[in-house]
Amino acid sequence: MTDMFSLLFMQRALLAALLVGVTAPSIGIYLVQRRQALMGDGIGHVALTGIGLGLFFQTSPVWMAVVVCVAAAVVMELVRSRGNQSGDIALAMLFYGGMACGRLLVSKAPGASGAGGSLDSYLWGSILAMEDSDVVTIAALGAVVLAVTLGLRRQLFAVCQDEEFAKVTGLPVRLLNLLLAVMAAVTVTVAMRVVGVLLVSALMVVPVAAAQLLTRSFRATQALAVAIGVLVSVGGVVTSYQADVPPGSAIVLLAIACFAVFTVLAAPLARRRYRDPAAVTGTELPIPVQSGAAAGSGGGKGLAQ
Amino acid sequence: MTQPTRPPAPVRLTAAHASLGGRPVLRGVDLTVAPGEVVALLGGNGSGKSTTVRSVIGAVPLTGGERELFGVPGARFRDWHRIGYVPQRTTAAGGVPATVREVVATGRLAQHGLLPFRRRDKAAVARALEAVGMLDRAGDGVADLSGGQQQRVLIARALVGEPELLIMDEPMAGVDLASQRVLADTLRRQVARGAAVLLVLHELGPLEPLIDRAVVLNEGRVRQDGPPAAPDHVHPHADRTQGLFA
Repeated sequence: MTDMFSLLFMQRALLAALLVGVTAPSIGIYLVQRRQALMGDGIGHVALTGIGLGLFFQTSPVWMAVVVCVAAAVVMELVRSRGNQSGDIALAMLFYGGMACGRLLVSKAPGASGAGGSLDSYLWGSILAMEDSDVVTIAALGAVVLAVTLGLRRQLFAVCQDEEFAKVTGLPVRLLNLLLAVMAAVTVTVAMRVVGVLLVSALMVVPVAAAQLLTRSFRATQALAVAIGVLVSVGGVVTSYQADVPPGSAIVLLAIACFAVFTVLAAPLARRRYRDPAAVTGTELPIPVQSGAAAGSGGGKGLAQ
Repeated sequence: MTQPTRPPAPVRLTAAHASLGGRPVLRGVDLTVAPGEVVALLGGNGSGKSTTVRSVIGAVPLTGGERELFGVPGARFRDWHRIGYVPQRTTAAGGVPATVREVVATGRLAQHGLLPFRRRDKAAVARALEAVGMLDRAGDGVADLSGGQQQRVLIARALVGEPELLIMDEPMAGVDLASQRVLADTLRRQVARGAAVLLVLHELGPLEPLIDRAVVLNEGRVRQDGPPAAPDHVHPHADRTQGLFA
């Protein structure tokens, strides 16, 4: 067990897992809030074209994926903000086209032997394929994503909670939406080396889904989701090493197990929560009287208390 | 602007035209809300009430006519902190849990924008929650509240910036009696403070004593504009709207 940590490739993989575990849920929460949980999945499909381009031109597949994913995310955001009905089909074309194009490019890539073992590592993640430059890239991009998702938490929360209201507060809503889409795209490329493009969205969504079973506030949900993300990512990489399975599968199955455990835990908690409001609802009738009194005394009553 | 002695009207729509999905919804609406005035927008379903207020805030673009907010053409208006908006809504909850305090705090973004949330913002949130009688529920999840309580949260969110103009789209829809009384009390205090109010209503109901002027819309045009209790003529759709003045 301990010798695992002395291996250079495992040190890289664990560091990457840690970074991805923090980053993916911290942006995923906004997508879930906006009921766009599958957006990461769509970007993941398109990322394949970037990887294909990278392998075909023998440049960095990760950076190529960043470029292609950012472009795709901007298109997705523009389609979403227009809100027109054919948008759904347009997105479907984008996703399928991205996937097909990616596989095509990989098959024509120079030096790709057969179906390409390297493609497999992008699809499901790999702990062996990580290089120093990958870890540096993941750290740099992850830092940018975290700066945005944590630094602009209130602004992004407002935009995802109620876009029309956010506009009336004078926030640059269109810019924030684009920023969110671009950050989601960057996160997909950051996470893809560890969990793989096919499962990248799961790490953005499942920890959030699990966390919100136990929380009431957005802030606590984000914190707990990040904790779960780190736990399952690091746990998944360790499992991958021990059991010789792809890290993506291990990470996602661990996350789903976490969701299942939380579901069981949440049932008694929800019962208690429903009892709480019931107790307070009992005082609902006197409230108008209270506020009427507050109005009479110039509204200062509550502050004096 | 040309008359600096008189403050400009918070809302002025002139011959406003707007379409939704290519279908004309507003066909020349004139609407003014003076400082401190409480105006109710009435009319049947599809008369263009909601589209009118949504075009006032710029959520629906005008295809013709003019829009001014506080004397500034709509496209150049930046003083969003002067406006509090309560959208038409059945729920205040999003896809992720959020507390009452977190939702109300978003109303303060007009003040702090991209800067951090500070102590005075926190105090303003507490005051707004107190005003709607929801301070004791500040830490609860909005999804756990009743419809009326959620509506009170959305109104607190609009009040948190202490706006000069309050725009509310059907604030009484689906709201229990207790919450309706809280809302009426809250509105009364806002009017006493000097805020102008533009309200979309299905019926005047408990808010009637507060309303200075009722504007009745029909098929995207203003059919009537005057004091709420005195319809000056009977129009073809009187059967639908007359009951409102009873």
